[in-house]
Amino acid sequence: MSEEGVDLKRRNFLTASTAVIGAVGAGFAAVPFVNSWNPSERAKALGAPEEADIGLLAPGGLLRLKWRGKVCWVVNRTEQSLADMQTLTDKLADPNSDVTSQQPDYCKNDTRSIKPQYSVLVGICTHLGCSPTYRPEIAPADLGPDWRGGFFCPCHGSKFDLAGRVYKGVPAPTNLVVPPHQYLSDDVILIGEDGGEA
Amino acid sequence: MNKWWAIIALAVALVPVAGLAAGGGVKLENAKIDLKNHEAIQRGGKYFVNYCMGCHSAQYVRYKQFTQVGLTEDDVRDNLMFRAGKVGDLMTISMPPEDGSRWFGAPPPDLTLAARVRYDGVDWIYTYLKSFYTDPSRPMGVNNTVFPNVGMPHVLWELQGIQDPVYRYDVHDEDGDVAESFDSEAKAEAYLKQHEGGRIERVVDHLKLVTPGRLKPAEYDQVARDLATYLAYISEPIKLERQRMGFWVILFLIFFSYVAYQMKKEWWKAIH
Amino acid sequence: MSFMSWIDARYPATKVWNEHLAKYYAPKNFNFWYFFGSLAMFILVLQIVTGLWLATFYKPSAEEAFASVEFIMRDVEYGWLLRYLHSTGSSAFFILVYLHMFRGLMYGSFREPRELLWIIGVVIYVVMMATAFMGYLLPWGQMSYWGAQVIVNLFAAVPFGLGEPLSLWIRGDYVVSDATLNRFFALHFLLPFVLVGLVFVHIVALHKVGSNNPDGIEIKNDKDENGIPKDGIPFHPYYSVKDTFGIGVFLIFFLGVVFFWPDVGGLFLEPPNFEPANPLKTPEHIAPVWYFTPFYAMLRAVPNIMNSQFPGVVVMFAGILIFFLLPWLDRSPVKSIRYKGNLFKWALGIFVVSFIVLSWLGLQANTPMNTLMSQIFTTLYFAFFLLMPIYSKLDKTKPVPERVTK
Repeated sequence: MSEEGVDLKRRNFLTASTAVIGAVGAGFAAVPFVNSWNPSERAKALGAPEEADIGLLAPGGLLRLKWRGKVCWVVNRTEQSLADMQTLTDKLADPNSDVTSQQPDYCKNDTRSIKPQYSVLVGICTHLGCSPTYRPEIAPADLGPDWRGGFFCPCHGSKFDLAGRVYKGVPAPTNLVVPPHQYLSDDVILIGEDGGEA
Repeated sequence: MNKWWAIIALAVALVPVAGLAAGGGVKLENAKIDLKNHEAIQRGGKYFVNYCMGCHSAQYVRYKQFTQVGLTEDDVRDNLMFRAGKVGDLMTISMPPEDGSRWFGAPPPDLTLAARVRYDGVDWIYTYLKSFYTDPSRPMGVNNTVFPNVGMPHVLWELQGIQDPVYRYDVHDEDGDVAESFDSEAKAEAYLKQHEGGRIERVVDHLKLVTPGRLKPAEYDQVARDLATYLAYISEPIKLERQRMGFWVILFLIFFSYVAYQMKKEWWKAIH
Repeated sequence: MSFMSWIDARYPATKVWNEHLAKYYAPKNFNFWYFFGSLAMFILVLQIVTGLWLATFYKPSAEEAFASVEFIMRDVEYGWLLRYLHSTGSSAFFILVYLHMFRGLMYGSFREPRELLWIIGVVIYVVMMATAFMGYLLPWGQMSYWGAQVIVNLFAAVPFGLGEPLSLWIRGDYVVSDATLNRFFALHFLLPFVLVGLVFVHIVALHKVGSNNPDGIEIKNDKDENGIPKDGIPFHPYYSVKDTFGIGVFLIFFLGVVFFWPDVGGLFLEPPNFEPANPLKTPEHIAPVWYFTPFYAMLRAVPNIMNSQFPGVVVMFAGILIFFLLPWLDRSPVKSIRYKGNLFKWALGIFVVSFIVLSWLGLQANTPMNTLMSQIFTTLYFAFFLLMPIYSKLDKTKPVPERVTK
């Protein structure tokens, strides 16, 4: 071993080059490993948009659906409920749906819906992920005289109105999520895909 | 000499198993498929859902796979799915395997991997689809030269027409080798009388179209080729993308090895 | 106080680095054949990583195994690549290890003082075979199933009434079944880590005795005034840069197969294995994967004696275990083939041919001709070992130089 005849500059350059190219190669090699943990085609198929016929949903009724493994609700709100909801503004934390992550833009309105009559919500409490109970009755004993129908989370007592808007002073920080959805016809709703309207 | 050892060892380690190829003794026709031909895959898929999926599933394949060969999800829903469901659904069938066993002797196999389950599987499928012939002794009235005593009926007979077998009579000598072949049994028997020992075996020499189908023979060949193309495609949908990707990977590695070699050479200049 | 001295006061990092890399003096005349050890280590790591990833998707149950492999091949993003890397990797691992072992045979790397190093290597080879055998069941195709059925049944040939209970215990059922698959999966997951441990021990042994070289000269016998072997060079950087290049070239071949020819004409991925395991239907032709076929051919070469297959099983295992004896069979005064005579060269050539022909025969159907050939080549295979004490002594050797040659 003698350093004579060795071009140190060239040697250092080549060593650094090999290291850099090798590191790039390692980066490429990591891609299949990282990407393979993304949702598979099976998961995507199971999580595909869910179609439902809501033509038979009676006023005041609630339909439970599963989309991406999560429960989704479609509520057929009565005229009375829609009128009552407008009186609750002072009691709600975010009555105008200003937290934009909780609903698509096309549902940032008084009723948080495309059609005023139907409320579409992901039925998972924004506090710790329990599924709230549907409580349509007016002023039941346990929820007090001001209750105008809505959802009550049995885990930690969070309260939401029939548009999924959260009450003030409960553990849940935000309104219930409105999933992307669209109406394929008058009676058929597609949850999970809005045709890019958002 | 060392280099030669290396080459021999590597070459032998990679010798393919020529001896295991083919089967059934029938010469397979080259299907001449082209996986780049998306129309052929689409047509083959259409024939598959129409003619095969009554009994055969492709249970590891999703309908959505068609969107990789140029169809839209709506095309798939409207033209290829005969039941309600999502395009992400697997191409399963509702026929229970027990019924299959009762009706055909064995449950019709899943065809996802039909093109990979045999050596030369694609040619096998192509030739098989062309090799049905009338045989009244079989439950379905047909037999197949590629798959003797097959339990499946000839579902494409309306397209192809009906083929009758043309027999050949092979006279085997005592070693079992074929000594002579004849086009009639009488001639074979006459030959056998002159030559002591041996036996006559009746084999299908070729098939003759006796009732034409809706398609001309060349058109039917194309149907068989399309089906073979489709089955080859679903047996490994990733194949072409794999090769495309491989090209860049190898190119990158050649570059890396070249630089690494230059580096090695520079370092080793210090070693005398 | 520098960072490294803080570490070194608590962990011998610099010491280990020096002892095993920067100041481990390897002979400077390593040739082509000395790539395969480091490449085998590389592929072991690759197998562990791809295997771990596959295990995050695979379902080790008879009901779901086959479908979960197809799920990996189709539904998992890049799942096909992980699977082909792993399936090609197992064959590549054997090719590399066979070449590595052949190197040892050529240059006498098993000779004193490297007997233990060689023995650890053979243990690695045996554990590798067990790992591969169990892994081959996991895709739960026809070849997986019937291959395992045949091999496990070999244990039933053990005499004294022990065989049947033994094979039953291995399977955990009367045939290869869900129970077998489940335990093979667990062991297939464990054994690679055992291999890592064995490779570690292999290297510790290597660094104790020092590397052999194509001249078969002990470089430690000729040191300079600093106590450094005159023909030695530090492993790092000289061999680390060389092996880096080696890995690049290897990957060209390896990934060439992965991306362009993953089934290698049915040799690496056998067509019948694309059909789900069916306990009621044996494929027409069962052959193990190519890396087991030499020993399978030996098994078939031995006829049943007194209605027992046991002798064949003994011969098959002897074919593997005889490698352990090698250090004590070679009586030649020289180590390397370079200085051995024609007798050894012929013997080694015949051995390699026998091994290759037996591999081929193990893939073929059983015919009287093939059986006869298997018998001839099995005999030649064993003759290489058993006659070695004689021919290695008779062989005309050449004088070994003082220093390594170019």
